[in-house]
Amino acid sequence: MKVAVVQFPGSNCDRDTVHVLKNNLKLDAKLLWHNEFDGEYDAVVLPGGFSFGDHLRGGIIAAYSPATKAVRKMAEEGKPVLGICNGFQILIEAGLLPGALLRNTSLKFVCQWTNLQVEATDTAFTCAIEKGSKLRMPIAHNEGRFFADDELLDQLETDGRVVMKYVGDNPTGTSRGIVALSNEDGNVVGMMPHPERASDPALGGMDGIKVFESMLEWARC
Amino acid sequence: MLVGDIETTLTPQEVEYARKQLGREPNALEWSMIDAEWSEHCSYKSSKPIIAQLPTKSPRVLLGPGYDSGVVDIGDGYVLTFHIESHNHPSAIDPYGGAATGIGGVVRDILCMGTTPIAFMDALKFGDITKSDHSKWIMKNVIRGIADYGNCIGVPTVAGEIEFDDCFERNCLVDVACLGLGRKDKLLLAEATHPGDSVILIGGSTGRDGIHGATFASRTLAADTEQERSAVQIPDPFTKKLIIEATLEASESGIVRGCKDLGGGGLTTGLSEIADKGATGLQVYLEEIPIREPDMSPIEIMISESQERMLLVVKQGQEDVLRDIMQKYGVAYARIAEVNATGIIAVTRFGKPIANLPTSFVANAPIIQRKARAPTAQRAGYEHEQPKNLEKVLLDLLCSPTISSKGWVFRQYDHEVGIRTVAKPGQADAAVLSLPNGKLAAIKVDGNALFCDLDPYVGGASVLAECCRNLVAVGAEPVALLDHCQFGDPNDKEIFWAFSMAVKGIADFARVISVPCIGGKVSFYNQDEVTGKAIKSSPVIAVVGLVEKLEHVTKMAFREGETVVVVGRTKREVDGSEYYRSMGARGRSPPSLDFDHEKRTQAGVLDCIRDGYVTACHDCAKGGLGVALAEMAIAGAKGASLDLRSVVADEMRDDELLFSESNSRFILTTNKPDHLVSRLTERGIPAAVAGTVGGSELHLILRDRELRCDLTTMQDAYLNSLQRILEPWQK
Repeated sequence: MKVAVVQFPGSNCDRDTVHVLKNNLKLDAKLLWHNEFDGEYDAVVLPGGFSFGDHLRGGIIAAYSPATKAVRKMAEEGKPVLGICNGFQILIEAGLLPGALLRNTSLKFVCQWTNLQVEATDTAFTCAIEKGSKLRMPIAHNEGRFFADDELLDQLETDGRVVMKYVGDNPTGTSRGIVALSNEDGNVVGMMPHPERASDPALGGMDGIKVFESMLEWARC
Repeated sequence: MLVGDIETTLTPQEVEYARKQLGREPNALEWSMIDAEWSEHCSYKSSKPIIAQLPTKSPRVLLGPGYDSGVVDIGDGYVLTFHIESHNHPSAIDPYGGAATGIGGVVRDILCMGTTPIAFMDALKFGDITKSDHSKWIMKNVIRGIADYGNCIGVPTVAGEIEFDDCFERNCLVDVACLGLGRKDKLLLAEATHPGDSVILIGGSTGRDGIHGATFASRTLAADTEQERSAVQIPDPFTKKLIIEATLEASESGIVRGCKDLGGGGLTTGLSEIADKGATGLQVYLEEIPIREPDMSPIEIMISESQERMLLVVKQGQEDVLRDIMQKYGVAYARIAEVNATGIIAVTRFGKPIANLPTSFVANAPIIQRKARAPTAQRAGYEHEQPKNLEKVLLDLLCSPTISSKGWVFRQYDHEVGIRTVAKPGQADAAVLSLPNGKLAAIKVDGNALFCDLDPYVGGASVLAECCRNLVAVGAEPVALLDHCQFGDPNDKEIFWAFSMAVKGIADFARVISVPCIGGKVSFYNQDEVTGKAIKSSPVIAVVGLVEKLEHVTKMAFREGETVVVVGRTKREVDGSEYYRSMGARGRSPPSLDFDHEKRTQAGVLDCIRDGYVTACHDCAKGGLGVALAEMAIAGAKGASLDLRSVVADEMRDDELLFSESNSRFILTTNKPDHLVSRLTERGIPAAVAGTVGGSELHLILRDRELRCDLTTMQDAYLNSLQRILEPWQK
């Protein structure tokens, strides 16, 4: 499986993500500068960071870049597309996922480990995880408070597109505790927690690697 | 003094010396260049003779002080680079921009060695935030400045230290240290060695921000500090991130022969230093320097400290390769100078000569031999009744800003990016980061203005001792140190004496424990011009150590059923303690430090950790035994029942036993108490079993009483107090 990790100017979790895909999962992962990415891969990850310095607002400039056009094409082809943190912001700004990501209620950057529950398992990034599983992964962001009106929130929950929620503490004030979301087909997922930071026991846990293992499982089916 | 039309910080002697050396009257641009480069900030002209006492060599040290960063060989072809910077004066005026550009400056020092920045630490000192809204404002914005900048460029901020004291009310201290990682064979130096090479300026354009920043940092802050805002630079972390990527790619490509960051003194300092170090000269084309405003004068261009700029010395004929790399990242670049063999830095504008100075003359300010005098005033000791309720004293200490958890701060820092952070903030006495050769780096930064104020010699040595204990506690062997000496006006003989003694204390103890100094910084003039009061002597020390393997990494949390062992002798040493600070008292002299005993204790504890006898370890320092035990209980969410009558201690009262800050002490937990205690005592290190971990309260049996503190109450006091002070409206 050939996986692309797209590096925008200002991405900063790009190498971490490639490291985990390559060394922990032995995948053929490639780091691509944004204007070298053509979409000819089996899966793509948009990593965390501050693409284009988060100027205007998180993710919006990258959402209008040629690289995101190629991401959109892959999404339409049904290939796995994962946006982590800033990547999630890009997917929302590009309209590949609904709603908005606002500033945390504390109006501060929040970096901490969080308790999550898997709500949907028919997605490309949770299909190898049991529904209702409790996971631990860290978050690190300023603008990760998912927001949508009640109608949309109800719809997303009914459609099974809410992929993960916080359990217990909700450190960012996100609507209904939502931290990960998928598109209707389940091949596009955006998430605020960082699975690449939870893929090594020495760093605090292995729950994150299940997200990437799911991608392999999805490709097999 | 005023020279011609130029207001400078040069002394009449320096002006005379400059005229004599050159044999002519320098022009206005030349005076400005001399002024910037000879500022205390850039030249270390007062401190050089004193800091020369520090040991700087060991088999691991590849490069010591005098370079942008110190370099340590960690084996297998890898090196660590380590540097510390402060941004005290700018942060006092514009805390957000000052702190952010402080981070921006130190990261360039790592980058210009050709190494990748992998971690930040911050050592901060503010006024009393429980009383002062101004200090709250300073603190919140300093933290936000560090967070916004560090988070954006993707370098984790993993450890730090914050101290609060009235003396920092108008002179906050903002120190940032950075650790870098690279390959030994790819190291770059800040040298222009080959005539014909091109000097390329990359990154941001040169503007009017940060004009006179170096000279501004080389005097006390004026009463009307608002006027000095233009001396503070403007941070741009996004551009910095691109510069990091572009510089590392350029250095990897092999076309770069030297690299220099532009910080204090701007282009003047950067250019004269690369030519002086490389024993060459430079022809500088002023019109090639991209400027932000069209009407900037040559003086402004040559001394501007605009951020996000680097100088790359590129091999002759390889300029196009560099251009392609810069274009990929969208980083601006301009060939602004050419290396030659003249030994002169010559500046021209459209072919017209406007400055012509020998590089060794500009780069080496005349040394100032300052006078030092020991203070004559005697300090009174402090006597007080033992408080009845020691539980309350302990809880109050856990709430005090200096001791309480800094979670409110480090949650704003991305401390995980880079996926190396094995021991995270709050988990252990130092941060531990994994390295590509299987070893781990441990880093910590420490200070103690109370000890150093009472006795700068013992205080300076104690700060180094504490920092090394923190590394030992996580299973690391201390390898090298950075010192950052922060004092008031060096013209004051007593202040200069305190500076000299602090450095002597650090140097003497560094020799005993064989930890060389690989870099540092001196910041004088931390003095309030309105009140005339200087800050307390505040040397800050950062140490980097190595952990041999992952299994040695030791954290501080109590775990059910384990035995608690107290290592070291507790003496009746409450002067300068946090306990005394909480009562508004100071005392006469800080805790003593027996250099050899400290060294033996650290070596003994490290051996026990490496041999697998230790399950958790915590340095016993600020707040004494009481606070150290509470911190371990809080970290593990486990209580303990401990008999402190068994602890090796001199004769003293219960409050003194709990809160004395004697040096050379650790608290360990273990599953093999007998082995552990006998191994330590065999080596002459006092050690005694105090009890067992378990339950939901910290139960301490003292000589005259028992103390019981409920775990949840302690957690709430320790973990939430900073937020309650700074943001009472948050839940």
